[in-house]
Amino acid sequence: MPKAGEKLEQGGQYLITERGLLKLIKQKGIKRLSLLLVNLLIIGGLALSGCATQKEKAPAQSKTPKVKDVILATTTSTVDTGLLDVLIPKFEEKTGYKIKTIPAGSGQALAMGEKGEADVLLVHSPKKEMPLVTSGVAINRKLVMHNDFVIVGPADDPAGIKGLKSSADAFKKIAEKKAVFISRGDNSGTHTKELDIWKQAGITPEGAWYQQSGQGMGQTLLMASEKKGYTLTDRGTFLAQQKNIKLAILVEGDKALLNIYHVMQVNPQKFSKVNADGAKAFVEFMVSPETQKIIADFGKDKYGQALFVPDAGKSEDEVGK
Amino acid sequence: MSFIGTGIAEALRMLVTGNKEVLEITWRTFQVSGTATVISVLIGVPIGTFLALKGFFGRNLVISVVNLGMGLPPVVVGLVTWLCLTRYGPLGFLGLLYTPTAMVVAQAIIASPIVAGFTMAAIQSINPKMRLQILALGANRVQFLLLLLREARLGLLAAVIAGFGGVISEVGASIMVGGNIKGYTRVLTTAIALEVSKGSFELATALSIILLLLAFLITAVLTSIQQHRRQPQ
Repeated sequence: MPKAGEKLEQGGQYLITERGLLKLIKQKGIKRLSLLLVNLLIIGGLALSGCATQKEKAPAQSKTPKVKDVILATTTSTVDTGLLDVLIPKFEEKTGYKIKTIPAGSGQALAMGEKGEADVLLVHSPKKEMPLVTSGVAINRKLVMHNDFVIVGPADDPAGIKGLKSSADAFKKIAEKKAVFISRGDNSGTHTKELDIWKQAGITPEGAWYQQSGQGMGQTLLMASEKKGYTLTDRGTFLAQQKNIKLAILVEGDKALLNIYHVMQVNPQKFSKVNADGAKAFVEFMVSPETQKIIADFGKDKYGQALFVPDAGKSEDEVGK
Repeated sequence: MSFIGTGIAEALRMLVTGNKEVLEITWRTFQVSGTATVISVLIGVPIGTFLALKGFFGRNLVISVVNLGMGLPPVVVGLVTWLCLTRYGPLGFLGLLYTPTAMVVAQAIIASPIVAGFTMAAIQSINPKMRLQILALGANRVQFLLLLLREARLGLLAAVIAGFGGVISEVGASIMVGGNIKGYTRVLTTAIALEVSKGSFELATALSIILLLLAFLITAVLTSIQQHRRQPQ
């Protein structure tokens, strides 16, 4: 297409010259529109540069490790209780690494480890952890701490499980009465534990009374409370959520209800992209006396009792004795 | 109900006292969603304009894809982006997973079809005679497009508003590719999800109110540009 101006020179029959058109454009506010566009670009640029600077300003403390980012795949309970919010800043300050916490069910966390998508795992699903250890995916597996699972339910306890010593017996009663039971159903450590107990009880839970929330522990407790149902929970999340729910602890203290947390690093010989140094540093940090002391005290101020018992250096059989 | 009352009070308190963490999360939310919206405008407006003006083989199919894209489930976008960006995924070498940039990418994917769809509709709704007129007045290609876009500006701003609204309210993709990392990829929506699962409803409500305020503020600015001198008499 020839330019507007040219046309005028050649023919002279056009009413508007290029300059006239520009003037029209100016008057009618194209300029405003382009100004707006420029503004948007500037804002965008600022925002982008903001993102970029954030990325650069990783911790520059005492040591500066080669690869700063360490991906920690962990269970929701360590995040939901607030424990990691206390521990991770301490670790980052001490070592200069930057931890990227990915809270997931233990199932997903372990799956991330299996694919080399995480550097270090903090999980509570000992049975499911063992295959990773035997296949060499997870190395340097160390016992960190434990707390316990409890069976909670409505205070009026329609299934009559209060005070039972065995978790399997309690589950049997719940199934007999077809009382509402909310399961996590998400392959998490808690879900795995729950399935173990059903297995022990010799029951395949099915039917309208057995419902799977598919959500984290906090949400599942809320759901159980709303539906006046029973559920299996770790004690820490229950205490953190207690003020929002109308559920009581009905069964506790069974050895089968121990909730044991291990930390382990993903084998750098299997996955070249794993940040081995960072993962190793995190494992060592978790079992260091200083950290274990913090774990021992964590929650005392807020709940009047500690949420976790530190266990570094013990064997799994010694836990809870 | 008491949560809503205390939530509002808490939100006001945090805003007035300038709670550092909350302000930081709010600013990051604006950065991430704002950047994603700008990118989606840069991608969506040309595509929408092209689809509105050009006839080509398979055009209806492409438009159907764009229209489908306007309703893309964020969690699916999140999953696909996650799979692409994982260490051993096709784009893993970029090292973008669990960074704000990854969130921008996912949100831009969500918003681009929205912007493209709205742009196409806006330009198509201009009277076709207008196009002829602009050309008849001797506009060159750039002037033609600028004038068309100017005529369609109501619809274009609606596109920006819809795109921005889509991403700032989104949680599924952000949490998947961002990881909800404190002080790094935690935005308002993911912070709300976390506070709910922690059982801190007051804080969650307060953050929700701040999110609504932020979204309202931005939408109000865009609307005032859109409705400039358009007050019905």
